[in-house]
Parts: sequence; structure tokens; C-alpha cells
Amino acid sequence: MRHVRDHVPGLCNSSGKVVNILAERVLMKGNEALAEAAIKSGCRHFFGYPITPQTEVAAYMAKRMPKIGGTYLQAESEIAAINMVLGAASAGVRAMTSSSSPGISLKTEGISYIAGSDLPCLIINVQRGGPGLGGIQPSQADYWQATRATGHGDFHILVFAPSTIQEMVDLVYTAYDKADEYRMPAMILADGMLGQMMEPVEFPEREADHLIEKPWATTGHQNKRPHNIVNSLYLDPNELEQKVRERFQRYEIIKEKEPMAEEYLVEDAQIVLVSFGATSRIVKSAVNTARSMGIKAGMIRPITLWPFPEKVIQKAAETASSFLSVEMNMGQMVDDVRLAVNGKKPVYFFGRTGGIIPSPAEVLAQIQKIMGGAK
Amino acid sequence: MALTNFLLAGFGGQGILFSGKVIAYSGLMDGKEVSWLPSYGPEMRGGTANCSVCISDEPIGSPLVLTPDILMAMNLQSYDKFIHSVAPGGMAIIDSTLIDKKTDRTDITAVYVPATALASDHDLQGLANIILIGTMLKHAPFADFEAVEKAIQKCVPPRKSHLIEANLRAIKLGMEY
Repeated sequence: MRHVRDHVPGLCNSSGKVVNILAERVLMKGNEALAEAAIKSGCRHFFGYPITPQTEVAAYMAKRMPKIGGTYLQAESEIAAINMVLGAASAGVRAMTSSSSPGISLKTEGISYIAGSDLPCLIINVQRGGPGLGGIQPSQADYWQATRATGHGDFHILVFAPSTIQEMVDLVYTAYDKADEYRMPAMILADGMLGQMMEPVEFPEREADHLIEKPWATTGHQNKRPHNIVNSLYLDPNELEQKVRERFQRYEIIKEKEPMAEEYLVEDAQIVLVSFGATSRIVKSAVNTARSMGIKAGMIRPITLWPFPEKVIQKAAETASSFLSVEMNMGQMVDDVRLAVNGKKPVYFFGRTGGIIPSPAEVLAQIQKIMGGAK
Repeated sequence: MALTNFLLAGFGGQGILFSGKVIAYSGLMDGKEVSWLPSYGPEMRGGTANCSVCISDEPIGSPLVLTPDILMAMNLQSYDKFIHSVAPGGMAIIDSTLIDKKTDRTDITAVYVPATALASDHDLQGLANIILIGTMLKHAPFADFEAVEKAIQKCVPPRKSHLIEANLRAIKLGMEY
């Protein structure tokens, strides 16, 4: 599959080499890196509400936005914040909001309105344990919410799942570009571990012309063009069905063109682990240990969760003998793995939840258990 | 040194997270891959704070350190909680002003430094954490001294730049111990 950076115009020269990278790598928290990457992508309108473990996104924006002529606004609630994003996105600017699991639940009504209005925006979810107020430790229990039901109605949003702080940065660039291109919300689905940890990161400078025209934006026109309307209300069912169908035609193109995944030692793997985000780092450690013990393990890491990289899984199902989905939840992405594998091979699941991060040793034990049974 | 895992633990306010940042930045200055992962949440307020740091030649897998090669303990609770998790052949750097226990483990190297007392004796209040980093650097050279020096300059915020000199003094004091 393609590297994330291949998706970002203005970052690579014709030979694919990344250009304009700041010489110095800096240590930065994931949350802060997300915020700086959004600013570098041209975001000047941030609307948020504090919640652990994503508060540093808002704190960073509060510090930076006033200095660069942007707007930082702490809304009275998550619901208000997402509706401010709807307003700003209607005007064609790159708008953003950020929250963690319970706060995202509050935003889902607004996300549905934004999708129904065909507006691009960026939503960050730094997941914590749920349901309810749950806990504040890392979790991936919002996979279903992000990929199935970020609000009512027939729609999808683009969902990107970074696994390193550098990828948090790169995927913010990609998410904004793709959201604009397809006129739909994009989400970065991170977790408390990625939000709170620091790693070296570099911020590629974007060329100024990466922003596309938005002729649909409600920007005021002094009667020089027909007026634009941003709306999600269609009382005529025929008209509404037509609108939804058009959107789903776009989704078909996205499902064809946009899936991204990392494949690690998959080619000759007997057991293929599937894992996304922070968990994939633990899984990779376990895969390496398994290999050193002579077990042919590999890993597929979906980078886009919607569209799900099902073709990569389908291809692996031809050669691997089993799959193991490892997640920080009770088994959510495993549904998509099973759909892709389509009964060809057994699909197992291992997960920890409630804020517990699985250890490489636990994952290795699962690999051994499955491979022991297979022999 | 392919991969070194550090676990630093103590009370919130002792500079545990800052120490971790100094180690991580030292690795970065040496051109290594690094990660820094704090414990976060309500337990940080007056309770325990701990921090996982990895320095590696390769991209880092799990940033969560469960079996540290090097443990730095700055209170009794942390010592009791983590001393048994240190990897065999690993090392524990212990603030013996605050922890009056000695480990009976013979498969690790334990270094006892009265860092908090040393800090007050040398007018370096609040820098016991950095004294311990100095001792760590001597017994388990995780980076060049120059890299650590640069790391301190990176980690001390500009508005506190007058503290750089004291931090460097603390490192040297720890290295002499």
C-alpha cells in the first residue's frame, strides 16, 4: 500500500522524496502535534471543550491561534462546539473540533448535520474507556461509533487511525485534503496513549496552493453569483433519497481509491494479526518475538478505518491460515476483518478494555495458542 | 545499545516527567528513536507519577515500559511497586533519602543515592531528580554528556533559563556520586 505521505500534495517532489521538512525533529505530545499539524494545514478556526485525555489539543490552539490571526473558541458544550464547526465549514474555511469519547457522543448530532450538508471538517477523537463517563485511560472502544454511527442517518465519515506521533501529523494533512476533496467530515481516531505520549516529530511545510476552491461556500457574494445554500433538510423523500444516493456514489469512489494499510511480514505469514492505532505497536513487538521463535506471524494495520482496507485482508486470506484481531475493546474491528475474510479462514479476537493496554507478552501467548492448535 | 527501557517513578511534583523528558531528548540528540509516555490523570495530583521512556536504534514498538532496564525510584510506594519488575541484569537508581530499603535482588545492580539530601546540601532544592539522572548517566551511559547537556537546554523552558546552570550542576553532582 501507499505511504501516508504519498497522499499529501505539496510534500513530495516528483520522485516521491519528501521535501521542505523542517531540519529539526522535536519532541512533542501527540495532542500538541495534532494541533500544530492542523494549523500547518491551514486550520484557523478551532472550537472545543476540555476533556481528558485530549485537553492539550485545545490548550495548544488557545496559545497559538490568537498569534496567527486564527479563532480559538472554548464553547459552552461539545454540542455548541460541533455546531460552530458546521457554521465555519459552511463558509468554506478549514474548521476543527476535538474531544474524547463521551464528548464525541455529544457531537454526533452535529456530525450527522455536517455530513448531511456535504461539508468538510476535521474531528479529533482521543479515545478513553467507556461506556458512559467510563475512565480516562487509553481505549479503542469507539471503533463502531466512528465507522458505523457517528450520528443518525445514512452516511459515512473518513476515519484515519495513526499509530505514531509522526503519523498523527501526516494524517491530519491527509484528512483535511480528503475532507475537502470529497466534501465530508474526516476524523482522526487516536487514543489516550497517542495523545499523551511524546515522540520526535517533524512538520513538513505545505505549499500555499494545496487548498482547493470551494465554490459552494456561503461566503457572501454581493449578488455576483446565485446564492449558495447549506442545508440538510429535504422534506420531499424523492429529493432526500436522491441526495443520499449521490453521497453513496461518492462513497463507492472513496472505497475504491482511498483505503490505506500497512502490511508487515504478511507475505509468508501463517497467522496475520490485524490491529490499528497504538495497539498495532504492541502487536508488532509480539510479531517480532513470534518470528524470532520461528512462528510465521505478520500484521496488517488498517490506517483508514473507513474506508476499511478490505482488499488487503482478502489478499492475505488467500495465503494465511488464520487471522487474529487485537484491539483495546471487546471486539469491534474484528467484524470488518470477518466481513473481508468472508469465512475463508478462521478469525480470532483478543482484546483488553476499560483503559488496559495489552502487553506484547499477552499477544504472543494468543499467537502461540492459535498456532499450537493449528499444528 | 539496541533498546533501553526506562521507568521513572515517584510523587507528582518531584520532576519525574521532566526527568523522563531529559532522557528522551538526550536520546534524540544522539540521533536515536525515542518515546516518552507519562501516567496521566487524577493520580498525578499529589499522588504517584510515573513515566516510561524508550531509547532505541529502531522504531519503537510498545512505548509502555513494563520490565524496565533502568528503574529510577523516588518514593517508597514506587520502589515497592516496581523493584520486582526490573529486567534481570538491569539497574535501579534509588533516592536513599526517601527510600530506606535495600533490595535483596542479586540479579540487578542497585545504586543508592541520597539525592534529596545532596540537593539541599548543595543549594539544588528540587533537583534531586536531575542528580539521579547524573548517577544513571555514570552507571548506565544512555547518551553522551554533550547530548544530555543539550537536552537540559531543550527541556528547561525559556522563562526558567536561569535554572539551566543549576540543572547541569546537578547532573555533574550525580555523576560524581
